[in-house]
Amino acid sequence: MSKLRQQILILHLDNPDLNSNVCAWALYDAARPEDQQQMQSGDEEQPPYKSVLAAMRDGWFVLQIPPLPYFVRGQEHEVGHLPYEYVLERKVEIE
Amino acid sequence: MTSIAEAPVISHEVDRKHLLTAQQMAQFVLDGFLLFPGFVPETMNKAVHDDQSNGRGQWNQSAATRAVFEWAPVKGILQSLVGRNPIYDHSALHIVGARQGWAQEWHCDSIIDARPYAFDVQAMYFSHNSPREMGPTLILPGSHLRRTSHLSIARYKNIVGQMQLAGPAGSIAFLHQSIWHCAQPNQTDETRYMFKLRLRASEEQHALFNMDGYKVPEVSAIVGNWKHRWQGEQVRAENVDRAKLWRYLCGDDSVDTSFEGVLTRMHI
Repeated sequence: MSKLRQQILILHLDNPDLNSNVCAWALYDAARPEDQQQMQSGDEEQPPYKSVLAAMRDGWFVLQIPPLPYFVRGQEHEVGHLPYEYVLERKVEIE
Repeated sequence: MTSIAEAPVISHEVDRKHLLTAQQMAQFVLDGFLLFPGFVPETMNKAVHDDQSNGRGQWNQSAATRAVFEWAPVKGILQSLVGRNPIYDHSALHIVGARQGWAQEWHCDSIIDARPYAFDVQAMYFSHNSPREMGPTLILPGSHLRRTSHLSIARYKNIVGQMQLAGPAGSIAFLHQSIWHCAQPNQTDETRYMFKLRLRASEEQHALFNMDGYKVPEVSAIVGNWKHRWQGEQVRAENVDRAKLWRYLCGDDSVDTSFEGVLTRMHI
């Protein structure tokens, strides 16, 4: 009997269009054993996909679509965390 | 780490030729850091590296390290950023051992600063050659004006535009306190040392640099630049935020580098 494990891919986009460019990415892979390294800060130069839509075409399923930003009067120009954060999932078999 | 009780006094005004130019200060406002590759002379680097290799590399242990920050060209840069009598906050010798394979999480230091535009400066000094494979600090240029708190950005792993402070011996960078950064793995057989010194201003950070030409279009274009692609559609909000910081540093509310002159248009 096969065992399923979850992979979580987090893609940050330029804007709320799912076809806009990826500007940041992270992979959390539960199929990797504990003694194998996960993706680390600074270990890749190019994003794995051009956009969320491209990842969906490759078999990733979207778990989270971020709400659109709400601009508080007086703080319209303040910036913080990356706003357009999409969480995608893929389930893979392990032995 | 050295305590505030042992705070040194880095004072005495330096010759004007050592101050940052308006172009350099504009670049700091755009990127949140300035990197000077191979800036510190080799004799000073060797003395510092000798102290570091022999377990006496902390601020209060190493006269050679303190001498780097008393050297006029370094002091001039610090004076341009935090004034004539900056206050010692803390220092630390950050060490990444040979063949250390793990990377630090993305973070910014301290917590969110309640001051709207004032900032501390963090000098990062590499006494030895620090190629990328040795794990010099990774930073995200342009991230210094983001309101994030310490490890609240640790979920991120790779970001378009991230870069390491790689360079030959004597490289020194001056960073806005809030810039996103993290230590990197060391793939070499040598220990990586990075000495960090944090200073805060004891005066308003107005007109501390060489102000010649601060209003010319070439300088305004640096502050208003759109180059940080990771900022996505927020690049315009960043542009306005930088325009406000530039006014603060110039001590002149009539300068407006913002997109479409929105600060003027909105009577801000």
